[in-house]
Amino acid sequence: MMGRPKVAFFDLASCEGCQLQIANLGEALLDVLGAIDLVEFREVMSNSWNGTYDLAFVEGSVVNHEAEERLRKIRERSDKLIAYGSCATIGGVNGIKNRRLLSESQSEVYGDKAQWYPTIRTRALHQLVKVDYFINGCPIYPDEFLRVLKAALTGVSYHVPDYAVCVECKFNENVCLYDKGVTCLGPVTRAGCNSWCVNNGNVCYGCRGLVSNPNRAGAEEVLSTYGLSGELIANKMMMYNAALETDDE
Amino acid sequence: MMSRNVALNVEFLTRIEGHGHIVVDVVDGVLRKAELKIVEAPRFFEAMLQGRSIFEAQHITSRICGICACSHSLASIQAAEEAIGYVPSTQTVKLRKLLLHVENLDSHLLHIYFLAAPDLLGVQSLMGLMTDHSGVVRRALRMKKACNDICDTLVGRHVHPISAVVGGFTKLPQKRELENIRAILQELIDELDPTVDLIAALTFPDFIRETEYVALCSDDGEYPLLTGDAGSTDGVRRAKEDYRTITNEFLVSHSSAKHARLSRGSYSVGALARFNLNFDKLHPLARTVADKIGLTAPCYNPFLNTAAQLVECAHCAAEALRIVEELIDNGVDQSERVIVGVNENCSIPVRAGSGVGAVEAPRGLLFHHYQVDDRGIIRQANCVIPTGQNLQNIEDDMRKLVPEILEKSEDEITRILEMLVRAYDPCISCSTHFLDVHFIGR
Repeated sequence: MMGRPKVAFFDLASCEGCQLQIANLGEALLDVLGAIDLVEFREVMSNSWNGTYDLAFVEGSVVNHEAEERLRKIRERSDKLIAYGSCATIGGVNGIKNRRLLSESQSEVYGDKAQWYPTIRTRALHQLVKVDYFINGCPIYPDEFLRVLKAALTGVSYHVPDYAVCVECKFNENVCLYDKGVTCLGPVTRAGCNSWCVNNGNVCYGCRGLVSNPNRAGAEEVLSTYGLSGELIANKMMMYNAALETDDE
Repeated sequence: MMSRNVALNVEFLTRIEGHGHIVVDVVDGVLRKAELKIVEAPRFFEAMLQGRSIFEAQHITSRICGICACSHSLASIQAAEEAIGYVPSTQTVKLRKLLLHVENLDSHLLHIYFLAAPDLLGVQSLMGLMTDHSGVVRRALRMKKACNDICDTLVGRHVHPISAVVGGFTKLPQKRELENIRAILQELIDELDPTVDLIAALTFPDFIRETEYVALCSDDGEYPLLTGDAGSTDGVRRAKEDYRTITNEFLVSHSSAKHARLSRGSYSVGALARFNLNFDKLHPLARTVADKIGLTAPCYNPFLNTAAQLVECAHCAAEALRIVEELIDNGVDQSERVIVGVNENCSIPVRAGSGVGAVEAPRGLLFHHYQVDDRGIIRQANCVIPTGQNLQNIEDDMRKLVPEILEKSEDEITRILEMLVRAYDPCISCSTHFLDVHFIGR
């Protein structure tokens, strides 16, 4: 790469919280900016760039045709494309709407003007284009962002942990939330967030997506041990993972 | 210049949901069109909430916005608790007020430094100030991180708070943590002085349009942010449950965000609205700041919303410090910690009902409204976002402003209109735009 690598941030349907996590790095952000040439970051910059990008971070999911087209164009202009945050990596909460007829959601929010606001089924980025790196989380975990950034800049791969949040949770010495009578998605969710939510007394909502081979039998056994319903877990999994379901499910 | 034609089309991305454009059309010196087009990608939150547990509402709705995630959480929790008939403890309310102060402070700082200052100092971004004003950039990043660090302690993080839930908090701050927050706030208050100097030295466009302002109001002495009725400078005052008669939302074909109007064709919410309605309840430190920058109520210059935000920074920092000191002195009752989940352990009694949350988010009055059944499942949800309430008002401002600046160059007209939109701090304070200005028949 000649000179500093050209880096850009883009957003599709999202809350922009993942990009905001960058501004929250404090003065460490200046170190990051020293290593890259930030050519586009619409949230905080007026600059735009017409060349190609060495790294393109894309936040958000695809929820309309315009976004799909934009994503394909960004892909064409980028050497490495990074899905940035749950909306981009697994569809995130935007996927919840896939569980209903689109027309129902449209008329629920916009009434008789529904046709003014077209929408399509929510998609994660890799369902449409090739994705080189995944940074999971709602929002992203800043330490992991820095790890992936370093990997992407040096051209090495980054492997998202494929073990459960429980692993990190145990390291953090948290008391299991099942022992407190509530359901937690930690046992089936990919680690990498340092069990952020459980450290703060809440349950894991599964925002980083499911491990590749979740132990269903184990999860069912735990649920029955604590007298909790399996329906609870199924419903919780659909908060973040609904977009990854196939159309006919 | 009376016969001038201007067809202006400014395209920029807005942080609310996708694209916004400014479209202005002047023919023979007469304004035909002034629109702020919001071409967002709708996410259908209200529809997504249906069928989910009321205990999940705050988790989902905080994802509406990354900048004001805590405000959405707090409005959502308030609506949820009223719907199921749960009354939070005094300590819980105090901590929620603290959180809201810190969020308003955080968001205002982001807007003042990252958005308004570059505009007013003529650079493309805050980072463009690194060469000549690296102290300003470092201060901005430090202050932003300070707010963030406080939120980390209070609720786990600022973007999508973790421990603020229906019923209270899943984690409560320890004394040592509160002492640390106190130290951070004291430093922040010290850093406000140079921030005030920065804003005081800048020149804001001179524009006046008498406007109806809407914000929370109350009969006690507190500057209302978390509780109160909805009130307006035209003398309207209604309980938050009547929010639909305040916002009177309507759809326009050029915007996928709903517009709002009350006593007139439009109204405004946000820091300036709160300042105009509740000036006499501001903390003395905030009034000092208002004096320094010469801001007085009522103020009808929308560009000065940024100045009102600065005044609120002082108010929120000082009030947050006061609450933290109270908590240190009286201690935090750790036994109030809750473990809620989706209420599998039935720790919170649930009934069918309807509840409205009304909270002053950084950008203005935010409403959440839920109806739940007796199992605590959401049957109906409605959220009215501050930026949506401001859209019609921004257009009305543009209609008055454009004829006043017609003699300026197209670049200058564009810059001023962008500044106007940005002054409202729309929920995506996005600085990107490319522009396509046509002067027809010059």
